[in-house]
Amino acid sequence: MTKPALDKRDDIRFLFGNEERSLRDIDPQMTVLNWLRLNERKTGTKEGCAEGDCGACTVILGEPDGMGSMRYRTVNACIQFMPTLDGKQLLTVEHLKSDDGSLHPVQQAMVETHGSQCGFCTPGFVMSLYQLWLDGGEDDRGAINDALAGNLCRCTGYGPIIEAARKAGGISATDPVEQKRRSDIATRLTAMIEGAGMLALEMPVGRYFAPRSSDELAALLVAHPDATVLAGGTDVGLWVTKMLKRIDPIIYIGDVADLKSVREKDGALTIGAGVTYSDAHAALGMIAGDVGELVRRIGSRQIRNAGTVGGNIANGSPIGDTPPALIALGARIVLRMGDIRREVALEDFFITYGKQDRAKGEFVESIIVPKPDAGVQFKAYKISKRFDQDITAVLAAFAIWVDSGKVVEFRAAFGGMAGTPMRAKKCEAALIGKDWNEASLNAAQLALTRDFAPMSDMRASKEYRMLVAQNLLTKLFIETTAPEIATRLVGREAAHV
Amino acid sequence: MSDNASKAIDTKDPGELLAPTPGLSGGVRSASKHDSGPKHVAGEAVYVDDILEPFGTLHLAPGAATIAHGRITKMDLSKVRSAPGVVCVLTADDVPGVNDVSPAHTHDDPVLPDGIVQFYGQPVFCVAAETREQARNAVRLAEIEYEELPAILSVKEALEKQQFVAPPHVIAQGDAKSALARAKHRRSGVMEIGGQDHFYLEGQITFAIPQEDGDVLLHCSTQHPSEVQHNIANVLGRPANAVTVEVRRMGGGFGGKETQASQWAALAAIVAVKTGRPAKMRLDRDDDMVMTGKRHDFIVEYDVGFDDDGRICGLDIQYAANCGFSADLSAAICDRAMFHTDNAYFLGDVEIRSYRCKTNLVSNTAFRGFGGPQGMVAIERIIDEIAMMIGRDPLDVRIANYYGTTDRNTTPYHMTVEDNVLSELTDDILASCDYRKRRKEIDAFNAQSPVIKRGISITPVKFGISFTTTFLNQAGALVHIYQDGSVHLNHGGTEMGQGLFIKVAQVVAEEFQIDLDRIKITATNTGKVPNTSATAASSGADMNGMAARDAAITIKSRLIAFAAEKYGVAEAAVRFVPDRVIVGDVTELEFADLVKQAYLARVSLSATGYYATPKIHYDRETASGRPFYYFAYGMACSEVMIDTLTGEYKVTRVDISHDVGRSLNPAIDRGQIEGGFIQGMGWLTSEELWWDDAGRLRTHAPSTYKIPACSDRPDDFRLELWSSGRNVEKTIHRSKAVGEPPLMLAISVHRAIADAIASVGNYKVIPMLDAPATPEAVLNAVANVAKGMIAQSHDAVPAAGE
Repeated sequence: MTKPALDKRDDIRFLFGNEERSLRDIDPQMTVLNWLRLNERKTGTKEGCAEGDCGACTVILGEPDGMGSMRYRTVNACIQFMPTLDGKQLLTVEHLKSDDGSLHPVQQAMVETHGSQCGFCTPGFVMSLYQLWLDGGEDDRGAINDALAGNLCRCTGYGPIIEAARKAGGISATDPVEQKRRSDIATRLTAMIEGAGMLALEMPVGRYFAPRSSDELAALLVAHPDATVLAGGTDVGLWVTKMLKRIDPIIYIGDVADLKSVREKDGALTIGAGVTYSDAHAALGMIAGDVGELVRRIGSRQIRNAGTVGGNIANGSPIGDTPPALIALGARIVLRMGDIRREVALEDFFITYGKQDRAKGEFVESIIVPKPDAGVQFKAYKISKRFDQDITAVLAAFAIWVDSGKVVEFRAAFGGMAGTPMRAKKCEAALIGKDWNEASLNAAQLALTRDFAPMSDMRASKEYRMLVAQNLLTKLFIETTAPEIATRLVGREAAHV
Repeated sequence: MSDNASKAIDTKDPGELLAPTPGLSGGVRSASKHDSGPKHVAGEAVYVDDILEPFGTLHLAPGAATIAHGRITKMDLSKVRSAPGVVCVLTADDVPGVNDVSPAHTHDDPVLPDGIVQFYGQPVFCVAAETREQARNAVRLAEIEYEELPAILSVKEALEKQQFVAPPHVIAQGDAKSALARAKHRRSGVMEIGGQDHFYLEGQITFAIPQEDGDVLLHCSTQHPSEVQHNIANVLGRPANAVTVEVRRMGGGFGGKETQASQWAALAAIVAVKTGRPAKMRLDRDDDMVMTGKRHDFIVEYDVGFDDDGRICGLDIQYAANCGFSADLSAAICDRAMFHTDNAYFLGDVEIRSYRCKTNLVSNTAFRGFGGPQGMVAIERIIDEIAMMIGRDPLDVRIANYYGTTDRNTTPYHMTVEDNVLSELTDDILASCDYRKRRKEIDAFNAQSPVIKRGISITPVKFGISFTTTFLNQAGALVHIYQDGSVHLNHGGTEMGQGLFIKVAQVVAEEFQIDLDRIKITATNTGKVPNTSATAASSGADMNGMAARDAAITIKSRLIAFAAEKYGVAEAAVRFVPDRVIVGDVTELEFADLVKQAYLARVSLSATGYYATPKIHYDRETASGRPFYYFAYGMACSEVMIDTLTGEYKVTRVDISHDVGRSLNPAIDRGQIEGGFIQGMGWLTSEELWWDDAGRLRTHAPSTYKIPACSDRPDDFRLELWSSGRNVEKTIHRSKAVGEPPLMLAISVHRAIADAIASVGNYKVIPMLDAPATPEAVLNAVANVAKGMIAQSHDAVPAAGE
C-alpha cells in the first residue's frame, strides 16, 4: 500500500477576507462562529441556534476551483470547525462594504426594500444574498427560495428580502475585475498550502488530521481506528455545540481530492464519499427528476454545501434523506480498510438502529448508483411539516417497472418507518408479478403494516406515518397510471392551477 | 400642519396631516427606512452579546431539572464547583433579596426554586465560569435526586382537577342559556388550539456590569426594562435606584421578552454583585425554548345558536388555557381572549367563561395578540361551521353577523363599538380579491382534481387597542436639543425590530420641522425615562409617540416664547417650517440658530414628556367598561391547495387590506402586516409544540420546531394599507396601532385549509380542524371527512369524527 506522505504541519492557513492567517493552538473543534465572535471580536455574524438551522451565522467559504478561479459557497459557521478553513477564504458580513465605507449592492438592496426589522438574522441573509450575487444574480422565485431556505426570519415574512434578492442583481461571470480578483485569490490560496504537507493538529485537547488523498486517509484510519470521520460536519458539529462532546481524533475527509469526484461509468454513477449534496445534485438529478427534487429539499443551501451523500449514509440515521432513494435505486457502497475494499448493497449496510456494517478503521469510500433500466419509473416523496429545510417524517422511494399492466419490478424503500432506512419487502412481494390495479395496490398497502411498525415522536405519530406511507403507494399508483392527475404541491411536477 | 404654532398648539391632538410635509425629510407619513437598516446589513448593529466584554467577564449557564414535578431531595454540586473555570454556583439560597420575578406580584416565579421543581427543564441552579463553554460543561456534573410528585401535563387534566393559577372569570351579556334554548339551529363543538414559541432570532440575554455601592447596570434584551429593574432590585434586596436597565435593541421580542427576561437578568445581576465581575447570561437556543414561556394553548368548548341566515342568537363558550406552572401574565391574556370572542361579530346573548389552568409545564406568557388570537380563531371556526350547517357561503354568514353601526353594536363587555368600518372594508377587499369568482373557479377545479384540492377563506380582524390593565396605559419621553441644533430623543418604548424608534423620531422631526437625520435615537434606559410600561399591546407608537411629542412641544413652546419676545412679535407669528423658523415678518432663522440664541438667553432646551391614554376604564367585577381606546381592523383572503393523500398544503395567494389609520410610516406598517401575517400563519400551520409523556419539550430547536421558511410565503401576496384608513380617536397623527392585529389575518389560512378539506365531503361534513394544521392534522381531518361522508345521514350536517 502507498505510504502516506509524512509531511505534516500544525498551522491552519486561510484567508480571512484578503488577510492571510496562519493559526496555531486552536482547539480543533472550535467553531468558526466562536472564533469570529470570541477571538476576533467580529460580531457581525450571529448565533441563532448553533445547529445549522437558522442561518444567522451564514458565512461564505471560497476555494480554488481547480481552473484558476474561485468557487464560493455559503455554510453555517456555527457547526463548521476551524481547521476545515485550511486552504480556503473566509468571508463574513464585515467584508462586504467597499473601502470607502459604502454598502455593497446586496446590502443597499436590503436597506431599500426594508428587508431588515430586528436585524438579527440580517447578516446571514446578506451573506446568502451575496452568494447569489457572486453567482450572477437571480430573479426566479423558486431559485431565490432555494438560496434562502436556510435563513430564518421571524419579522419580515420574507417579502422584502425576496425583493432585495431581485433588486441586487449579480456580478457578471465575465466581469474582468472580478475575474482577476478571483484568479488572484486562487493563486494566493494555492501558494499558501502547496507542498506544505498535511494539516495535523496534535494538541492536548484533541487531534485533527486532514489527509489529502484516500491512501493517506486509509492509512490514518488504520492507525486511528477510533477516529471520527468528519465530512461536512452538519451532524458532527452538533455533537460539539449541543452535546458538548470532545471528539478525538478527528479525521477530515473534505480535503481528500480523490474522494470528491462524481464519475459515470457503465450506466452507474460513482460518488466519492467527500462529494457534497450540492456537487452531487446535478448528477443525481439526471438519474431521475425525483432524486434531484429530493436533494433540493435536503437541509438548506448551506447544509447541502457542506454535507455529503457519504456522510448521510455513514452516520446511519434512520431519517437521512438519500438512503431510501439510493436503496430503491439499488445502490451499493465501497468500504475500504487499508488497501482492502469491499462492496456491499446499501440496504445491507444498515444493520439496526445505531449499527452499520462498518468495522473500526473502515470508511465509506464511494457510493455506486446504477441508473434505472429503461421502463423503470422512479418516484420519491419526502413528507415533513415544512417543505424546505425540515427533517423527514416519512420518506418513500419507489422504483417500479410496469409492463403491459403488470408489475415486473418493484423496489420500495422507506425512511422514518423503522430504525434504519429499509426496503418494504412484503409490500414489494405483494406487487411483483401482479396486475397494477386497485386490488394489488390495496394488497401492497396492507403488506406495509407487516413490513413496518413505526414509532411516534415530535415529527409524526405512528398512525400518520403508516397512513401516509400507504397513501404514497396510492400516489405512486395514480402517477403511474393516470399521469394527467395533479398530485404534487411542490417541485418540478407541482400542480399548475 | 407644519405651521401649527401659528395657532395655539393642540397638545392633545396633532391633527390630520394628509401627506408628508414638503421639504421635510423624514416627517410623519414618509416611508423612512428603519434607522438601524444600514447597520443591520453591515453587521454593525450592536446587540447585547456584541457589546465588548470588559476584562474578567463571567459567563453563566443554567442547570435544568429533569423531572416535571417533585421535591429535590439531594443536590450535590461539589463537582460543578470544582470544574475547570467555575467561579461560583448559585442556588435558591444565593438569592440575596426576594426569590421571585413574577410580573403581577403573584410570588410564584422563583429565580431558582427552593426545593420544589415545577416543570421539566426548570433551572434549579446556575453556574458562572470564566468561559461559556466551561459553564455549560460544569452544569453536567451536578448530582440531583428527586422525589417525584404527580405531574399535570395537559390543560384537560388541569381542568378536570380544577388546578388554576388564577380564579376563573365570566363575561356575560343577556341570557345565553335561554337564547340557546330558543335558537332555531344549534351547534356545539370543541377546538384545541396549540401554543407557539416566539422564536426571536436573538435568544434571551442579559449582560450585568457591577457599579459602585453594589449597584448594577444591566444590558438586557427585554421589552420591559422598568419591570426588569424593579424585579432585579427586589431580588437583590436593593431599592429600584440601585438598578439601571438599558436596551438599545432586541433581535426580536414578540411578547417573549416582556416578562421572560427577568429570570436571566436576575441570575446575571446576582453574580455581578456577588463577584464584582461583569456577568453574562445568554441562553443556548435549546435552553431558551425549554425554559421560557410561550403562547398559551387552549381548549375551547362552544355551544352556539343561530337562525336561518346564520345569525348568531346565543353563544355559550368556555376557554381553558394552559398557563403552565405560574400565573405570569395569564390572567390578562385570558381576559383578552374573552374580549376577542366576538372578533367582528355581534353575539347577542352570550356567556364567556375562562379557566386559567395550572400545569407542570413552562409558564406561558405574552405573545403577539396576547390571547386575542385564540379567541378569534375559535369564533371564526364557529362561523364556518354555521355556514356549512345552513349551506351558505361563510362570507355571507360573516357579513350577517358583523357589528352594526347604530344597533347591534355592543360587545359582550358592554362597550359600544364606535369606529366600525367592517362593511366598507369588506366591500373594498371584495372588489380587489375576486373572492366570489374564485370560489366558483375553485369548485370547478376541485370537481376534476381528486388528489389536490383548493380552498379559500376571507376573514376579518377587529382588535382592541390598549392595555386592558388600565394603569399601564402611560408613557414618558425625554428630549434634549443641544447647542448645535441636534436632538437627543429618548422614550420608554423599546426597539425589537418593529420600527418604533423611527416612528417616534418622525413625530419629533415633524414637530420641530427638522430633518430626521438631526435626531439621535438613543437606547431605552430606566435612568432616563422611569416607570415605563412594557413595549407591548401594540401600544408603542401610540403612547411613546404622544409622550415624545409632548416633550417636543414643551421645548418648542419655550422657543416660540423666546423668539416672540426677542423679536417683538406675537407668539402666533412664530412659525416652524422645514429647517427654519419664521419670526413674523421680522426675520427667518435656521432652526439651529434659534436654538443657539435660546441657549445663550438661558432657555432650557430639555424636557420630559408624558402621555396617558384617555377615555379607557374597565370594571372587572361587573366585567364591563371601555377597556379599549379604539379598534384596529383588517381583512385577509387566503387561498390554499392541499394534498389529500399526505395532508401537505401550500398557501397560493393572499390578499390583505389592513386599517392602520393614517400611517406614521407606510413602509414600517407594511412590514408589520406582512411579518405578522406570516407569523400567524406559522402558528396555525407548521409550528407544533410537542411534549413527551415525561413533560419534556421535544420541539426545542429550529430542527424540530418549524417556523415559516422563505418558500412558505405565498408567491402571490397582495397587501394594501386600506386607503380609507382613519382613526376617530385623537391618536398620534391619527394613526392606528399595527403590531399585533395583522397576526390574526392569518386565521384566513387556517379556514382556507378547512375549506379545502370540506371539499372532500362536498361541504357536507364539517372538518373539525384544530390548530396547528400540520400535515398530520390535515390528513386526519381529510380521513374523518371521508368517513363522515360514508356515515352521513340526510337530516343534518355531521361533524367529522362525531
